Amino acid sequence: MSSAEGGSALRKTGVPDEDDVARVMPPLEYRQRGPVAVFECFERIPCDPCYRACARGAVLPFADINDLPRVDWSRCNGCGLCVAACPGLAVFVVHEAYSASGSLIKLPYEFLPLPQAGDDVTALDRQGCPVGVGRVVRVQTPRAKTGTPVVWVEVPRSLAHVVRNISVLPAADTADAVGDSVV
Amino acid sequence: MAPKSLLTPPVMVIGAGPAGMSAALAAADCGAEVLLCDSFSEPGGQLVKQTHKFFGSRQQFAGVRGIEIARLLGDKVASHPRIHLLLDTHVLGYYPDGMVTMESAADGVARYLKARPRRLVVCSGAAEKPLAFPGNDLPGVYGAGAVQTLMNLHGVKPGRRALMVGAGNIGLIISYQLRQAKVEVAAVVEAASAIGGYAVHASKIRRLGIPIHTSHTVKRAHGTRELEGVTVWRLDGQGRGIPGTEMRFEVDVLCLAVGLSPAAELLWLAGCRMLYVPELGGHVPWHDEVQQTSVPGIFVAGDAAGVEEASSAMVTGRMAGLAAAASLDLGADFRVKLEEARLELASLRAGPAGEKIRRGLERLNLGVPASGARGPVSSTRAQASGGGS
Repeated sequence: MSSAEGGSALRKTGVPDEDDVARVMPPLEYRQRGPVAVFECFERIPCDPCYRACARGAVLPFADINDLPRVDWSRCNGCGLCVAACPGLAVFVVHEAYSASGSLIKLPYEFLPLPQAGDDVTALDRQGCPVGVGRVVRVQTPRAKTGTPVVWVEVPRSLAHVVRNISVLPAADTADAVGDSVV
Repeated sequence: MAPKSLLTPPVMVIGAGPAGMSAALAAADCGAEVLLCDSFSEPGGQLVKQTHKFFGSRQQFAGVRGIEIARLLGDKVASHPRIHLLLDTHVLGYYPDGMVTMESAADGVARYLKARPRRLVVCSGAAEKPLAFPGNDLPGVYGAGAVQTLMNLHGVKPGRRALMVGAGNIGLIISYQLRQAKVEVAAVVEAASAIGGYAVHASKIRRLGIPIHTSHTVKRAHGTRELEGVTVWRLDGQGRGIPGTEMRFEVDVLCLAVGLSPAAELLWLAGCRMLYVPELGGHVPWHDEVQQTSVPGIFVAGDAAGVEEASSAMVTGRMAGLAAAASLDLGADFRVKLEEARLELASLRAGPAGEKIRRGLERLNLGVPASGARGPVSSTRAQASGGGS
């Protein structure tokens, strides 16, 4: 379809492929430096709240409201304001070297009950498949009524760019509730 | 204020959704007295059940949830000294002398009202398209709007496990909201070969583990007293089901989100020139750049003018309200405001996501030579005759 900026897989399945993800990956030096925002925004639609939300000018001004976000990584400190603001829930903050073996992901989460700091949750990939266990570090509830809660979850380093959702259910129930065995 | 039986507002706006409220506010801010009516008991139209955050830019409340926008605009409308808001009021008809008839329960008692506005702005929204298949009359088969009303307005779950038909924005958004309401979503099926809605909405439900089957549609619904299951099958290039590709889903909810068509009956009644433009959802009233139809004095905005995003509806509403007020000789200069609205609309429609709308609007304008309908409005009252000539 002509409106696709992402690959054709995205238009057919709703899941970005490796090329899509590679295209929006922040440069290595910024990923190694600390927390940094990853904009999984692949399609030109009229939308600019990430630019409005960023207090540090890291999201560059939009010449056309349909532009994809352009980021000055040197200004991004991974605060996550854009995560809470994005109407498409398409922004994540990743801190690869968060701990000795773990990475931190700040992800948008709009389900009740919200998890609490210290909870173990099931880590899900871009297809909603369980890929491991994450530990909730912090839950930020939005100041504005309209914002999205942001959950900070620590996952094994190898899953820093795999995990994009969580389920607060135990893994056994998760497979039942969100697995593909629906037919 | 108790409504008199004959109202004579300079501007009347039918429908208090995003387009209608924007139209009323724009006209009233310019000094016009406005009668705004809606059949529901609160203003907002579809916004009152839209719990997702809006796209667009700040002028159209980007990043704000629809339900919040309903409150923001609704409060402005209700407190505006020049807007007379008539809720619980159904518009029944439009007559050749410019008379609009209504049944109103605004005072708690049903009464028949008439209005003869100098300018009429129709923002009556859109209606859901149906889908034909055996079993589509079983209890448990819902339109997407009904599911959203049940869940988000009344707090009622439509069932335990749902199958969604349609991967446009509405189907994707409501699948997400079903999961928020703890209703399982077995899958989304889409007859087209690609997802029609925004990729971000599709990715959001995929992360919840909901599969999307493109090139698939409903073969039949099963059940005796109520819905018990649905069989879907894959479609070939000609849109025919392929035997042997059937999948059966055990669900008690089948949610149809297969598109909208403009609810433009009043404009047909008024004799507005109507054109069939598939890109805009079906039959739509021809209208010019400032949303005026072929009948001078009658304007149209929002989905009634062509099915589009709610952010655009707010701008077309503003445009129509401004243009209606501008034609009333209120002594104000509307050019700057109209130009602002025109630029906002152009930018919302500029990207690839607006391509279909642009194509539809081009077809709409190719369809009418009627030079008499363009330019400033000269008549003092909406005339129902002469449309389509």
